[in-house]
Parts: sequence; structure tokens; C-alpha cells
Amino acid sequence: MIGSFKAEILKLRKRPATWVLLGVVLGLNQLFGYVFPYSSWLSGDQNFQTQGLDPQGLLAGVLPGELVPTSLGGFPVFVGALALILGALAAGSEYGWGTMQTALTQRPSRLAVHGGKLLALAASTLFIVLVTFALNATVAGVIATVESRPLDYPSLAEMAGGVGSGWLILGMWSGLGALLGFAFRGVALPVGLGVVWVLGVENLVTAVANSLLTSLRPLRDVLPGVNAGSLVWSLAPGGGSGGDAPPGVIDAVTGGRATLSLALYVAAFAAAGALLLRRRDVA
Amino acid sequence: MAMGEQLVETNDLTKTYGALTAVDRVSLSVWRGEVYGFLGPNGAGKTTTLRMLAGLVRPTGGSASVLGDQPGSPRTLARTGVLIEAPRFYPYLSGRDNLRVVARYAGVGDRRVEAALDTVDLAGRGGDRYAGYSLGMKQRLGVAAALLKDPELLILDEPTNGLDPAGMRDMRALLRDLGERGHTVLLSSHLLAEVQQLCDRVGVISGGRLLAESTVDDLLGQAGLLVRAEPVERARDTLERLVGAGNVAVADGSLRLRAGPEQAGRVSRALADADVVLTELRPLERTLEEVFLEMTDNGRTER
Repeated sequence: MIGSFKAEILKLRKRPATWVLLGVVLGLNQLFGYVFPYSSWLSGDQNFQTQGLDPQGLLAGVLPGELVPTSLGGFPVFVGALALILGALAAGSEYGWGTMQTALTQRPSRLAVHGGKLLALAASTLFIVLVTFALNATVAGVIATVESRPLDYPSLAEMAGGVGSGWLILGMWSGLGALLGFAFRGVALPVGLGVVWVLGVENLVTAVANSLLTSLRPLRDVLPGVNAGSLVWSLAPGGGSGGDAPPGVIDAVTGGRATLSLALYVAAFAAAGALLLRRRDVA
Repeated sequence: MAMGEQLVETNDLTKTYGALTAVDRVSLSVWRGEVYGFLGPNGAGKTTTLRMLAGLVRPTGGSASVLGDQPGSPRTLARTGVLIEAPRFYPYLSGRDNLRVVARYAGVGDRRVEAALDTVDLAGRGGDRYAGYSLGMKQRLGVAAALLKDPELLILDEPTNGLDPAGMRDMRALLRDLGERGHTVLLSSHLLAEVQQLCDRVGVISGGRLLAESTVDDLLGQAGLLVRAEPVERARDTLERLVGAGNVAVADGSLRLRAGPEQAGRVSRALADADVVLTELRPLERTLEEVFLEMTDNGRTER
């Protein structure tokens, strides 16, 4: 499996799409996590994101103390969708280019090829989380310095918890993307269906369960995105001191249950992908 | 050639897709050190058979063994180089990086990459993106990937596809060299002259069925002689006395003898002694193409 992992890492590292996705993650994270709130605080203007919020709360959200919730705010939805695209690209492209045949005729077993791919996705999503935290920590530090505020970063344990949670969320979404890539043996359909699920279906079910049909809550509480949002909520209830919780960050289940559910999803997606790859012919 | 160890063996290997039988009870064997040609028209079942031998497709019936193990097992794959149908690589990577990816999967060092690129004459273009390669360059990169492990067995599906005449000549030389160095090669090709030059034995498949498997010489049949002479009747009587009545046939005003070229002198002398005017005497050989078309046309007719 080590050989497969090394091959997958080389492919992901040299693939322009990987870097484009990382750039989009970082860009959106900066935009919604720091640029909009801080510029709103500077100008005193209210925008869609900051309307009705305490200005001091806006500043607190971009300072080092709120690094974890600010960094993870976009993970349940838009960063999750981008991780799903990464997973779908990594698995589905192998069928589009016919390279699954190349991988499966070298040495590793099918399960080893699958395991190598998932490990490489796990490494890539960890890299995305770490780079996001590093950049955000730098930006928060710069803002704190400019605003003459103390550089009070979260403790190492809190940071590790935040990085671990982010990694679990992105691992789950990229695992779903890879599973869809294996299932549909391509990229377009998995990306389309996956993004519709993350951005549309989960939000609709959540909205209906929260207002119109509360009997749907048990269903809502097992959805992967809802569990991702609940995990982030558990790290900073109410969205932290920065104000309202970002879209998808929700108080639906406890942090412990959310962590367990996400871990189970990761295992289930990996097992289902392995089963598909193992049983099917590669033509 | 002397038969030794069987590297590939199939017994009633079958693959069906719904109602379609792509490969129908194929039993073939490839021996260590031989270059085996797998012939058949388009859609005959060649590629499906090779895919089953590479472990990409699971048979629905029968069995196959490659290098003494199950097709597609890590132990088998580690000793087998495969190029099936067309080379499949990552378009955004260079040729060299594509081989590095393959080397990592195969568990061989990067130093083999340069040697493989060199072998297929791509060392100078190894840094170019694969997407920009010509068809022939892609094919050569596919062969380089198959050679990366220095495999005991090579399974090559149409390895000269897309190559220009010089590239085909080089590929033939490479395959011949591999055969001489003791590698076992199982190759499918439409280019029958190429197969006739390269292969020790051939299997002919049509409609999913293996129609024949033998050495090229056996498949072509015994060499013969073509004789044109006047008068034909006297010539036939003379030659029947010389080589036996069952070994002479008349077709299109000429006589076809089942006799080797070394008999030409005796034939000429006997006809002269019988006052027969000899106008043409030459070896009569069927080409592999003639035999192949004859067999596969019969196969089609039977279906």
C-alpha cells in the first residue's frame, strides 16, 4: 500500500486541480472569515454577513482567540463541497482517463490501490486543514498587531482539536467524493450529485426538519453535513464570539455523537468504495 | 522449440456479458521464452482474453493461471508487464512523471525510469506533457511502462498501433530482442506479417473461440512447389511418379506439389527427361494472412 500511496501523492501533488481547490479554500476562508468581517469593523458598515452584530464581536472573530471557529466555519458546507470534489477527481478521473487499468496492472492488489488512494486523500485534506490554520493564524496575528490586541492564540489542545475536527470533516466529504467517483466511474456525475447533496439537499432537509416537519429531525441528525456542522458548533457554540454561526454550523447533535457519526461515515465510504473496486471488472 | 514451463495456461476460459459470449471456452498455453502471437479480427475476444489474464476482468467460466498463480494477484503482476488496448496515462503529467507513478505502484526505483525511456527512444521527450504526445509516442511510453519491472512475461495488445514504419521496425527489433533475452511475450496484433516474423507460436481466435493454436510453421502447412509446364498432363504423370500421386494437385493450369524447395532440382530434371517444357518453378508458400483469413472466414461462416 505504501507504493500506491506514494504514486497517489505524486499524482495529487502534480495535479493543477489540487492546487486550484486549495487556493479556492484559502481564498473563500479569508474572504468570509477575515476580509468581510474586518473591513466591516473598519468601516462601520453593515453587510449581509455582519448586519445586527456587535462591532466588538466582529473584531473578536478575526483575532487569534477565535482561530478555531473562524477557520472551521466554512468546513461543513463550502470547504466540504470542495473536499468532495477533490475526492471525486482523485477516484473518478482514473476511469475517465482509463488509468485505473494502469494502476491495477502493476503490483498492488485492488485493495492496496484503494487504500493508497484514501491515504493520499487523507494526507491531502490534512495538508489543506493545516495550511488553512497556518494562514488564518498569520492573518489573525497581523490584525491583532495592527489593532494593538494581545496575541492570545488558543491552547495547543484546542488547536489540535480544531485541526482534528476539520480533518475529520474534510476526510468524510472527500471519502464520499471518492466513493461516488468509484460508483459512477467518472467525474462529472459524482461532482454534480455531491455538490447538490452538500449545498442543496442537506440544507433543505435541515430547514424542513427545523420548521415545517419536526418529525424529520431524527433523519436530519444522521446526515453527514449536519454532523459536520454539529461538530463545529460543539467547538464554538453559537458561532463563537464572532457572532452568528456560519451556514451549516448547527446545534443538532452533541460533539461526541457528531465525531462518532463522521468516523462511521468515513469507514462506511471506505468500505463501500473498496467493495466496488474489488468486485467490478475494469474495462 | 523445446517446451518447458507453462507461464500462461487457460482452460475453457469464458466471459459472457449478458447474452453475449465474448470469450468462449478458450484453452491456450504460452511457454517460457516464447513469443506467442494472439490473432483475431476485431471483436474476436482477444482483448477480453488479455484483460482476464491481466486480472482486470473476471472470467465467468473456466480458469486461467499466469506464472503459476491467479491472474491479477500481486505476485503475478510483479512479474508481468502489461499494455492492453491503448496506453493509459495521466494527461497533465510528463512522460517521465507518468513512469515515476508507475514505478511507485510497481515498487521499482526511479532509476529504471530513465532506462525505460531510453529503451523506447523517449529520453529526449520525457519532460514533455503526455497530453502533447503523438499517438506513436504514447504507444512507446506504454511499452516503456510495461518494461519498467523487467518482467518475465509481457502481455502486449497491438504494441505497434500508431507507430510509423521506423517505429514499427524498432518495436519489432525490441520484441525480438526481448524474446532472445528469454522474456516471454504474449502479443496480439493485426499485422500478420509482423507476427509471422516475430512469433514462435500463434493462437487464432474468432467469435470468442480459439480456432487453432500451433507453431507458425505448422499453421502455414508444409512448404510446396508451384510448377507450370507443357503439356500439363504429361508433367502431372511425371511428377506423380516422382513424389507420389497424393502430393500433386492441378489448379489454374499449374501443378502444386507437396514437396520442399530442395526437391526443385529433381523436379526440373525429371520434367526435362520426360520432354516436358518447364516454364515456371518456384516455392509455393501460404502467408499467415492467407491462413488467417481462411480460418476466420470459415469461423464467420460457421456462425
